[in-house]
Amino acid sequence: MTARAALLWLRDNLFFSWKNGVLSVVVGGFLLWVVVLLADWFFVSAVWNGGIEDCRLRQDGACWPFVQARFRQFIYGFYPDVERWRVNIVMLVFFVGIALLVWERTPFRGKLVLFMLCVFPLASWFLMRGGIFGLADVPTGRWGGFMLTLVLASVGIVSSLPLGIMLALGRRAESLPFVKAFCVVFIEFWRGVPVITVLFATAFMLPLFMPSSVNFDQLLRAMVGFILFSSAYMAEIVRGGLEGLQRGQYEASDALGMTYWQSRIRVILPQALKIMIPGILLTIIGLFKDTTLVLIIGLLDFLGMIQAGISDPRWGAPNVPFTGYAFAAVVYFVFCYSMSLYARYIEKKFSAGRERRP
Amino acid sequence: MNQESLIRKLRGLFVFFAVGLGGALLLSQTALALGGSSGGGGDYGNTLKEVKDKGYVQCGVSQGLPGFSNPDDAGNWSGLDVEFCRAVATAIFNDPDKVQYSPLSAKVRFESLRSGEIDVLARNTTWTFDRDVALGLEFVGVNYYDGQGFMVRKNLGVNSSSELNNVSVCTNTGTTTELNAADFFRANKLKYKIVAFEKADEVVAAYDAGRCDVYTTDRSGLAAQRTKLSNPREHKVLPEIISKEPLGPVVRQGDEQWADIVRWVLNAIIIAEELELTSANIASHKDSDNPKIRRFVGSEGEFATALGLDDNAWAYNIVAKVGNYSEIYERTVGPKTPLGLSRGDNALWTKGGILYAPPMR
Repeated sequence: MTARAALLWLRDNLFFSWKNGVLSVVVGGFLLWVVVLLADWFFVSAVWNGGIEDCRLRQDGACWPFVQARFRQFIYGFYPDVERWRVNIVMLVFFVGIALLVWERTPFRGKLVLFMLCVFPLASWFLMRGGIFGLADVPTGRWGGFMLTLVLASVGIVSSLPLGIMLALGRRAESLPFVKAFCVVFIEFWRGVPVITVLFATAFMLPLFMPSSVNFDQLLRAMVGFILFSSAYMAEIVRGGLEGLQRGQYEASDALGMTYWQSRIRVILPQALKIMIPGILLTIIGLFKDTTLVLIIGLLDFLGMIQAGISDPRWGAPNVPFTGYAFAAVVYFVFCYSMSLYARYIEKKFSAGRERRP
Repeated sequence: MNQESLIRKLRGLFVFFAVGLGGALLLSQTALALGGSSGGGGDYGNTLKEVKDKGYVQCGVSQGLPGFSNPDDAGNWSGLDVEFCRAVATAIFNDPDKVQYSPLSAKVRFESLRSGEIDVLARNTTWTFDRDVALGLEFVGVNYYDGQGFMVRKNLGVNSSSELNNVSVCTNTGTTTELNAADFFRANKLKYKIVAFEKADEVVAAYDAGRCDVYTTDRSGLAAQRTKLSNPREHKVLPEIISKEPLGPVVRQGDEQWADIVRWVLNAIIIAEELELTSANIASHKDSDNPKIRRFVGSEGEFATALGLDDNAWAYNIVAKVGNYSEIYERTVGPKTPLGLSRGDNALWTKGGILYAPPMR
């Protein structure tokens, strides 16, 4: 029965005409060929144990000993060995916190949100940076690898959303011309400047204008740059969501006698948010990958650490660079795709029971 | 239901926004109070004092250049330029580990130095007229004499670069390397085709795949990239050098004292080799009768005071904890390393090279 169903499905979807059949075979064959090649390179022909000598002998596959030897560096950058427990704590809380937030039956979820958004970032900054409470001082110049990517991306993502909402509301505030003008100028300025320029300016031009006694941590400056930049993008996405709502929603909430904030928080934003999800996700994923631009200002994030590792002459083999980049691709893909899956889930959840009927 | 939780979330976000803003202000205040970590800019005259105050030298290195500055498996920076940074730190603090590294791209290295983010730039930087004169920088000397060369497959049957006719040449885009190669081929009336790529890894992969006959870059780079070819023994580096690339440490213009310190750290490393002082034997020369050695180890003269350093045995410390030029060279790029570069021009002037340091007296 199931075999018959499968055959029927095949006939209806892949082989319903001879042209379609040829196309299916060609495309299917091509996909199979790619998958086999990749699997061969990643697993079958790959070197799993040993050192550089083994990688030089078997050059047709990945050189995983390179990733093994450098794994800790890819994660922690130049963070001192003995202090890595601090990063581990922060990462553990981060991932457990995210997992709890995603799981819907977590008790005290609202309080957890507040903790993750307000207490956790400050606490982890002081824990990882050190210099107080008897913790050894670890300057941000030694931060690097995946940890730096996470720090930059999560700070950028978490701060840009509320800032973006404020900017979008401000841009639409017809009754407050100065606020509106400020928001328009702010958004258009940051959207009009490439992110590399922003980083470059915060890293090398800001110090020239400040007296030499004022030291502002370079990573903090980069973070501020990222936040301002991404909040401008977020603002335009939120504005798109706000514009997407029918006028009736605004008028109805006004007619009910709601104040501006009541109407925005209870009526407008919940509906707008649903429309905004794909756009927000786009920005978040873009930001996650853009963090690698801190290379410009001398910070080595995940990709930066991998590239620096490839340059080690003691790991000179033709398959080492490919292995490094393949590893980076896999990690980035896993993170971006899981964000994408979660966003799709949220979107579905919000639309449940609210689909507009024809 | 959904809506209520959403409202709660949004309210949380707004609260966060307010708290976050306050927090950011607080942070910036603490950053000011703690003194932060990165060097401030603007004030050019007292780099030494700033370095002593913060307790380390901020050294600009590359983002991974084999043999010159690259992180090793243990997560420490290593390489010829890195050793130089360690020598500067030893001269000031008697501790080679008091260095923080800023891995810089070629594009931002000079801005980073000028803005005061770093104290010294040791990033295989070629000393040229324009950089020395027009950019507000000061080159303190040369720690590696490099030059652009060519690598070819042995089965191409070419023994000299003048035989390179009708060839395709792999190189990086937008570097002087590309221009130098073009100049060379035009001057010698040879036919050529440039195949340029953005990154060194791409150039190597293309050359390895046979997309071009010749690979050109600095000879130290050729040696490093050669290890990444699938069969390094099938390739050879041609003997001719088509450009001068004297690589040296750079400091900001306008702080003579700091420039002198960095310059004499470089000279001390070279003089130590001339005097045959090594990290292994220098302790036994502490009470030497040779006046040159006595001046070097600090038993005679007041060289430290003249430089503004605290310890008159600063040069002794450098050799004891980092080594002389030969030791550094052999450790990082020499024949026993994967790069396998012979001393060549970088040998002492007494041994057929051009490495020469003014006398210390």
